[in-house]
Amino acid sequence: MTQNEFMQIVNPFKDKLYRLAKRLLISSEEAEDATQEILMKLWAGKKKMERYANVEAFAMTMTKNFCLDRLKSKQSGNLKLVHSNYTDGQTSLQKQVEVKDSLDWVGKIVEGLPEQQRLILQLRDVESYEFEEIEKMLDMKPTAVRVALSRARKAVREQLLEKHRYGIG
Amino acid sequence: MELASVKIVLGKYLEGETTVAEEAQLREYFSGDQVAPELEAYRPLFAYFSEARDERFTGQVPLKTRRFDYRWLSVAAVGVLMFGLYFGNRYREQREAEFAYNETRKALGMIAQNLDRGTEKVAYIAEFDEAKQKIYKN
Repeated sequence: MTQNEFMQIVNPFKDKLYRLAKRLLISSEEAEDATQEILMKLWAGKKKMERYANVEAFAMTMTKNFCLDRLKSKQSGNLKLVHSNYTDGQTSLQKQVEVKDSLDWVGKIVEGLPEQQRLILQLRDVESYEFEEIEKMLDMKPTAVRVALSRARKAVREQLLEKHRYGIG
Repeated sequence: MELASVKIVLGKYLEGETTVAEEAQLREYFSGDQVAPELEAYRPLFAYFSEARDERFTGQVPLKTRRFDYRWLSVAAVGVLMFGLYFGNRYREQREAEFAYNETRKALGMIAQNLDRGTEKVAYIAEFDEAKQKIYKN
């Protein structure tokens, strides 16, 4: 397989890998590193890759595992990133009316979800994968996927409604 | 989409029972400007999903092609060098041995020649001996 052929296979979903990595790792730089790592791994194992019926699903699973490992080693190394869920009162009050700010707010809510729910929300609501694909990628039972997805959606809604009720935006 | 059906689909959505197509309808509805006031709170949620899927990977893809690995060249070079040294040495030793053999032969040959010449001269001594015996007898 040449580099060009490889890129043609990988191009349609490399953004998805990156977005998944970013949803899990939060930081853009780390997500970029992770994506590069995954692509390099795929390239190194390109002979194996030809055997997989669904390279995209395989790559997504790889990305998920890679990022979860990263998060785990970060936690054990006490290097866990602290995501501040609070916003600077003064400036944000003025900006709250802006759409951009409310999107950031949703982003913050999603970041606060458990990894599993974040993962499923990303795969379904952002990438629009079918349930069968998600089940395969995450190696989960259909009901488990739906339950986690429903919990994630409801959790986001709760916080969003709360914000809407008390906030200005 | 009718408000009533939006609410139904939204309910299904929260239970995780919507299809991909229905979710697309919801995104479309909430991106429009006909959103009912009571559903306004959901707008940023679906806007967030739409925005999130536009994010692109901008990093480089540093693919290493299998270029010729020069480390192996040095390994091969060392191999050839050892081979050459070993057999070169053997060849040189053999040449030296042959040379030494020839020199020795030559030297021995010279000794033999001189020895022959020596024994010729010794023949005179025998003559002298004979003569001496004759004198003693008489």
